[in-house]
Amino acid sequence: MSAPLLSISHLVAVSRRDGKPLLRDVSLDIARGEVHGLVGESGAGKSTIAKAILGILPHGISISGGSIALEGEDLLTFDAATLRARLGPAVSLIPQDPLTALNPGRRIEAQLTDGLRLWKGMTAKQARERALQLLEEVQMREPARVMRAYPHELSGGMRQRVLIAAAFALEPKLVIADEPTTALDVTVQKQILRLIRTMQERHGTGVVFVTHDLGVVAQICDRATLLYMGKVMEQGSVRDLLDRPRHAYTKALMEACPRYDQPGRGLAPVPEAVFAACRAEIAAFDRAEAGHA
Amino acid sequence: MAEIVTTAVIEAPPRRFAKTLRALLAQPKVVWGGGFILFLIALALLAPFIAPHDPLAQDLMSGTLPPIGFAEHDVHFILGTDDLGRDVLSRLIYGTRVALTVAFVAAILAAVFGTLLGLLAGYYGGVTDTIVSRLIEIWMAFPPVLLSILVVAIMGSGVTSVIAAIAIIDWTRFARVVRAETMAQAQADYVTAARTLGFSRLAILFREILPNVAPVLLALLTLEMGIAVIVEAILSFVGLSVSSDTPTWGGMIAQGRQIIYQAWWVFAAPLAALFATVLAFNQLGDGLRRALDPVMQR
Amino acid sequence: MRNNLIDARGVVVAYGAPRAAFGKRLPPKPVLHGVDLTIGRGETVGIVGESGSGKTTLGRALLGLVQPTSGSIHFDGQEITGLLEAAMRPLRRRMQMIFQDPMSSLNPRRAIRHILIDPLLLHGLARSRTEAETRVRGVLDRVGLPLAALDRYPHELSGGQRQRVGIARAVVLEPDFVLADEIVSGLDVSTQAQVLQLLGQLKREMNLSMAFISHDLSVVRAVCDRVYVLSGGRVVEEGACERVFSAPQDPYTRTLIDAIPLPVIDPAWLERRSQG
Repeated sequence: MSAPLLSISHLVAVSRRDGKPLLRDVSLDIARGEVHGLVGESGAGKSTIAKAILGILPHGISISGGSIALEGEDLLTFDAATLRARLGPAVSLIPQDPLTALNPGRRIEAQLTDGLRLWKGMTAKQARERALQLLEEVQMREPARVMRAYPHELSGGMRQRVLIAAAFALEPKLVIADEPTTALDVTVQKQILRLIRTMQERHGTGVVFVTHDLGVVAQICDRATLLYMGKVMEQGSVRDLLDRPRHAYTKALMEACPRYDQPGRGLAPVPEAVFAACRAEIAAFDRAEAGHA
Repeated sequence: MAEIVTTAVIEAPPRRFAKTLRALLAQPKVVWGGGFILFLIALALLAPFIAPHDPLAQDLMSGTLPPIGFAEHDVHFILGTDDLGRDVLSRLIYGTRVALTVAFVAAILAAVFGTLLGLLAGYYGGVTDTIVSRLIEIWMAFPPVLLSILVVAIMGSGVTSVIAAIAIIDWTRFARVVRAETMAQAQADYVTAARTLGFSRLAILFREILPNVAPVLLALLTLEMGIAVIVEAILSFVGLSVSSDTPTWGGMIAQGRQIIYQAWWVFAAPLAALFATVLAFNQLGDGLRRALDPVMQR
Repeated sequence: MRNNLIDARGVVVAYGAPRAAFGKRLPPKPVLHGVDLTIGRGETVGIVGESGSGKTTLGRALLGLVQPTSGSIHFDGQEITGLLEAAMRPLRRRMQMIFQDPMSSLNPRRAIRHILIDPLLLHGLARSRTEAETRVRGVLDRVGLPLAALDRYPHELSGGQRQRVGIARAVVLEPDFVLADEIVSGLDVSTQAQVLQLLGQLKREMNLSMAFISHDLSVVRAVCDRVYVLSGGRVVEEGACERVFSAPQDPYTRTLIDAIPLPVIDPAWLERRSQG
């Protein structure tokens, strides 16, 4: 078994303003070519982890412990320049909102070729040809026309395809997909999920898939980590998580999800007792941490 | 964070007035700007008691005396005298009255008229908006100086005509901003909600939209006060304001300009006062805008 | 049909009529192409569709907030299309709306107390402020908000609490019909379940008829009796939820249902392409 592609160990993050813990001892491993889901409700910390990997945490959050190792190298020990050099070609992002992620004032061609020219040293002509290939790969109709277009001329689904093309352009080892389908219609979502899976399998890329939707996790992820208030509640293969959930929170969350094939679901909120138990667990953890500090 | 109604805390009741006051006072611009304006208001109200001399009293024997600290000064005249022997400081203090009267009244008149038109245009749209917008464009095409001279020529010189001139010219400033802000607010769901609840359009305009336009309006108002002070100074500089007896800063600047080589302080003092006042109004407005916005965005 | 609370027939809504330079008339863009819809008393009807399907416009038309270009809408036997605002006002008491974003649907400069009391006074359901306050306290209790909320402004409450205020406002006038426009979109699963549970309770207690607009079919399945599927401003399928979800007739409906990822391992799901 080869070493994991990404290995997060005991990551701790706190808010700079009031010292509130945002990530509590998060550990997870991602193998090459694995699609790993970061699941949780809003505020659980999944975006924080994604940003920590990319090194784009907002100023108000600081990492006070743990490591993020990409192919064995701890990203947290690097200075800004080295981090950029390491991450640039190796890790890319598929962002949540395709509308704001693209520069409205530049054509698609420019935005696709930027990275290729910067990191792969291609000439403009080479980069353009590669960009065209990528657009075909993401099944974009009339790729030449799309290249010349501005973002507002494309639909949401098309924009997201462009972003996926951009994400895979540099042949990264790891792609972070930050709720990439939240802003899309459900039929378009399915197409995009299929596309991400196809690209991922073809290029052998690892994917960190941030989402709050358990259905999406079930359909596209191999393994997943469920977070609550910055702490890992359950972790493992998706099959285990769905069929044999161990933590009460996982079970309660699944009960609370409405399903069109099981009409009774979705109307019973997560019982207060479950939240209380989770909070107690977190409080105990915080106390133990304080004891060590 | 997962929403849990039973444990979600609603904070203890803040004393809203005290909280707003504290937010305002936390802004240094509000403190300094507002403080200075309050100081000026005090000067204007208490002028008869504070001014060392009668501003109109001429004393040709004490003409063109320099302020304290310069050669040949007279301690009775702290800022010196003009060529007619009138005390500069007292005239400055009395000049506050005209300046502030014009500032407040003119700005408020322009604000009321402009806001009304802006609200109606922004909310009702259609023909109303077309009429008001065209009116604003045409109005703004008139050169303001000519317009104010025209107004004063018609109404005769005096504080009233100065106030009228400023209000007549500057209402467009308010109308444009209020119209834009109203149009933005009118899109919000709470306006739709008010319609659903059955409130009349007029009620929605004044009870729902106006309070949300108020912060922008307030900041603009203080800005306008600064502008009014300057316009008054310009008008009295060209002799179109109050009669030359009543001391005004603009008038003092005009007189001072003529004797600037003999008595530069007659020119400098009102200029400094003008500068400080307008600065204070601008700072106040800027600070108010900053203080009032975060309350909402928090 | 007198039995139905709401009866919409052939509703056409088109935007953008004469507004071009030099008097050139642009063709109006139709958003709804002749929609028929009924809502019975005590019934909860789902209106589903993707973006651009016209579901939001349909909801607003039902409430008389948007005037149809043609077609008719009847509320309790009375035609509301083409009614002037003054004539609409007494009817407004009986049809209310809950919005998607409680932050923008609550006036940021009014305290919760006023937001809830004003409608009561407007419609004369309370003759004095004291009486109104008593009724409002009752409503707060019903939606699970503490009395302390009355003195707050919207930005001082949490998102879930704001949504409850929105619900409280919709029911304070004791309407017959409530339109819920994407009210749980963007909420966490746990908050969503709480809101849906609350809605269900209120529906039963007050015998409300409801229209539930959503793009999320799983939620619609959980709360609705019947469902209308909209696409491109037309109703492509309509029927009892049970039937539509288990045996969808229209290809678009099938595509829509198939596109929903269920939290079960289904290796064939990703590759399965529905025709439609």
